[in-house]
Amino acid sequence: MSDKQGYRWHDPVHAPGGVGKRVPKSDGAAKADGSGVYADDLSFPRMLHAKLLRSPHANARIRSIDTSKAEACPGVIATLVGAELPARYGVIPWTHDEQALATDHARFIGDEVACVAAVDERTAEEALRLISVDYEVLPALLSPEEALARPDIKVNEKAKVGNITKHVSLAFGDVDAALAGAAARSHQSYYYAGNTHAPIEPHCAVARVDGDGNLTVWSSTQIPHYVHRELSRVLGLPPARIRVVQPLLGGAFGGKSDPFSLEFCAAKLALKTGRPVKLLFTREEVFYSHRGRHPMKMDVQVALNSDGMIAAVDNKILIDGGAYASFGLVTAYYSGQLLTGPYRFGTYRFDSTRVYTNKPPCGPKRGHGSVQPRFAFEVALDEAAHQLHIDPIEVRRRNFIGENVETVNGQRITSNGFLKCLEVVESASGWKDRHGKLGRGRGLGVAGSMYISGTAYPVYPNEMPQSGVLVKLDRSGRVAIFSGASDIGQGVNTLLGQIASEEIGCDPRDVTVVSSDTDLTPVDLGAYSSRVTFMTGIAAKEACGKLRAQLQAAAAAKLGCAPEDIEFELGTVRVARDPAKNASFQQACQWAEAREGRPLAETGGYRTKDIGEGKLGGDYRGGTIGASPAYSFTAHIAEVEVDEETGMWSCKKVWAAHDCGKALNPTLVEGQIEGSVYMGVAEAQLEEMVYNDRGLLFGPSLLDYRIPTSLDTPLLEASIVESGDPNGPYGAKEAGEGPLHAAIPAIANALFDACGIRVRELPFTPAKILALLRERDERAKGGA
Amino acid sequence: MTGSPQKQVLVTLHVNGEAQSVAVAAQATLLEALRYGLGLTGSKQGCDKGDCGACTVLARPLDDAQARADGCGARGEPILACITLAQDAQTLALTTIEGLASPQGLDPIQQAFADCGALQCGFCQPGMMLSARALLDHTPRPSLPQIQQALSGNLCRCTGYTKIYEAVQVAAGTREPSQGVPVRSEPAPGVSGPRVAVEEIAP
Repeated sequence: MSDKQGYRWHDPVHAPGGVGKRVPKSDGAAKADGSGVYADDLSFPRMLHAKLLRSPHANARIRSIDTSKAEACPGVIATLVGAELPARYGVIPWTHDEQALATDHARFIGDEVACVAAVDERTAEEALRLISVDYEVLPALLSPEEALARPDIKVNEKAKVGNITKHVSLAFGDVDAALAGAAARSHQSYYYAGNTHAPIEPHCAVARVDGDGNLTVWSSTQIPHYVHRELSRVLGLPPARIRVVQPLLGGAFGGKSDPFSLEFCAAKLALKTGRPVKLLFTREEVFYSHRGRHPMKMDVQVALNSDGMIAAVDNKILIDGGAYASFGLVTAYYSGQLLTGPYRFGTYRFDSTRVYTNKPPCGPKRGHGSVQPRFAFEVALDEAAHQLHIDPIEVRRRNFIGENVETVNGQRITSNGFLKCLEVVESASGWKDRHGKLGRGRGLGVAGSMYISGTAYPVYPNEMPQSGVLVKLDRSGRVAIFSGASDIGQGVNTLLGQIASEEIGCDPRDVTVVSSDTDLTPVDLGAYSSRVTFMTGIAAKEACGKLRAQLQAAAAAKLGCAPEDIEFELGTVRVARDPAKNASFQQACQWAEAREGRPLAETGGYRTKDIGEGKLGGDYRGGTIGASPAYSFTAHIAEVEVDEETGMWSCKKVWAAHDCGKALNPTLVEGQIEGSVYMGVAEAQLEEMVYNDRGLLFGPSLLDYRIPTSLDTPLLEASIVESGDPNGPYGAKEAGEGPLHAAIPAIANALFDACGIRVRELPFTPAKILALLRERDERAKGGA
Repeated sequence: MTGSPQKQVLVTLHVNGEAQSVAVAAQATLLEALRYGLGLTGSKQGCDKGDCGACTVLARPLDDAQARADGCGARGEPILACITLAQDAQTLALTTIEGLASPQGLDPIQQAFADCGALQCGFCQPGMMLSARALLDHTPRPSLPQIQQALSGNLCRCTGYTKIYEAVQVAAGTREPSQGVPVRSEPAPGVSGPRVAVEEIAP
């Protein structure tokens, strides 16, 4: 090993700095040597540990709660019940339907009803058993059908009609006429099982109140700004007295994008006791907190004209929401609004209903709302094309919608590299020579997809920027970037250093990024909807651009040239046509500070109005939901192998090409593609939230809820396609969610190529595969 | 401060070449002793029941003769600190992620993980890197299936494992870091379909 001890790939002297470079992550060393601080790594003198008591009933009236015995327990410092935090909250302003602790109604097994703070975790846990809750058990509504049939039993009182969170029904063009006139049609039912994020870091919050009464909450959240707002609402404290800090985050995937009971309870207990309070979820509690993929039942029709063009798409969707709305209002829209690319639809109709049920609440898992209908649609498209004997790639190519177009539902698409994505995976997988020719039990399948790069409009209506960045230059040459954006592992803090390097020539290793601290950093709305690189990138570019002009002006005065002749090279400023005239970056900072007569600091923002305000989205109710300043595109090919005797199958390899506009850091983009594909394959293969007839989640552990190990994961080959979006920072679009979608239908379509079966129900368990194989064989016998 | 009702015991742990004594609850796990007793928070708690591998540390019998007889690598084998009692770990020489780097810098495994983009959220990675280190200690040039086998007890939710394999191979000197170049997409003009009537059925 001795010869490898000296291995250093990242040469610090010639470190490439700017946009498009494979710059190692800014927090890489801290994550590599174990010094990085996550929420549960924080500790304070006199810190208490809190635990939550959860409902053992799926639907129950709470008559009374008695905490006196728990309070008498040695080591217990305080208890908390819902009456002390009665305000309702929720991430979406129109559906405030949650409480930190249930005051009178527990809505699922695992719903939070009381909290204890004690000197250590074990004592708090013991004390929970001493709390007595008098429940009146009510019938539990565990499926959306039951919940629709029993409007007399309310899962959540927030529902205006029965148990419906949201019903959306929109039609674009005469769908029935197009269906009637079509040459080929697929009309089938599909079921997408619910599954969950399972980040390896359990949720954790630590709260502390200082001597002046200011509250600080450190939380493993991907939405510090919304947590800040909701803490203020629920605690009744002015927001200016609350600080929310996001430490390093150990995975999120949408599972940490709601405010959670633990933040409110830790904060309230810190206020009650005057001592710091930590609340760390167990793995079991992470499962109950959920907010994962919504189970969806879909009735899908896809109709093609004789030339293979998509004449009509019709989708009726029933969504199982769980006990709270979370982002569910948006989910109902996304399940329809995000399907209308990368292909041109002649006509389109969807009818989507999200229903409350007595189960852990569903929410936004990576590819929010659109992964499920994408699966059904891409399988149906394959099936209809098969009737017309059109190759699966060819039908997708033929229906390509193109660039600078409007979709059937009024979404504006700018750049679109989908054709190139198809070409890349077609060639990499050897499709032409291998599709349909791999022999019994082996097959290839293709699918495409698109996704948003942020939402056109903020979650709560306002005219302030959606993202802000402050950049400060020190006379030492050190650059400090203050950014509200949440680095949840995707690497936005690294990108900020690269953008600074691109604009002003600093070495990214001379950049400090202060992020996600509501006291110190400008507001960013959070890491959701694949908005961060796009919006924070634009804000950072603007701030750095202003500093660039100041550095140029000052350096030009000293080096004797026009400001526009000053160019930046890593760590140096110089005259473009006379590079011998140069100075260090540090020198330039000092010249600029002297010239400006004030410290060097500038801000930048992402403003909705700069990118087509009032122009993005369709002109109808809900037409702006799903509207994005830019869309990413993806094509996958999956290869599978099936044992027809047992139904056991495996995905051998996935080739994924993703159009992210411009890869600001190809290593990070590849990581996002690979991680997305992995998660999609996992949903197809293994994962499902299973409940018993009382609403109890089966096996809330990482042993029973099986996420793929290295031995279960196929080989992943990620390719980056760059279409250069006119709206994105340096042309960039999203890469973190889009590449998940196509993995599932690509596998389903590969299973058809392998053995002629159409799987329409997730996950694709061997038992389901075997049943379909037997059905196929029965049909063959019947036909013969 | 109110006294904890937990019965405390004094344990001596040999961590990263140093013997340290710490009072912990009698039933405390090694992970609790490391994280909360010794402040070595690099070992992570992901499930607390031996399913995820985030708490992986390397362990070798303190008795050198015993370690050699067991065929232990330089730092021993991966164990799960969350299902090991702190009291039972007193006969082991332990290596945590904090003990992998030296004053000369990061261990090649750590450097390669950082360089190759194997660290996304980073939470599973202390355990993952230690498992990888143990693998390279006894198999300096592992094949891909050997890597997959050796890391199969460490769940990662971010990377799809691809860049982790790359990092292990780079650290082993069997490959170079990925340098693939993005593919340009040419402009692809489109034509919007004819405007269709929108019918708002609900809401």
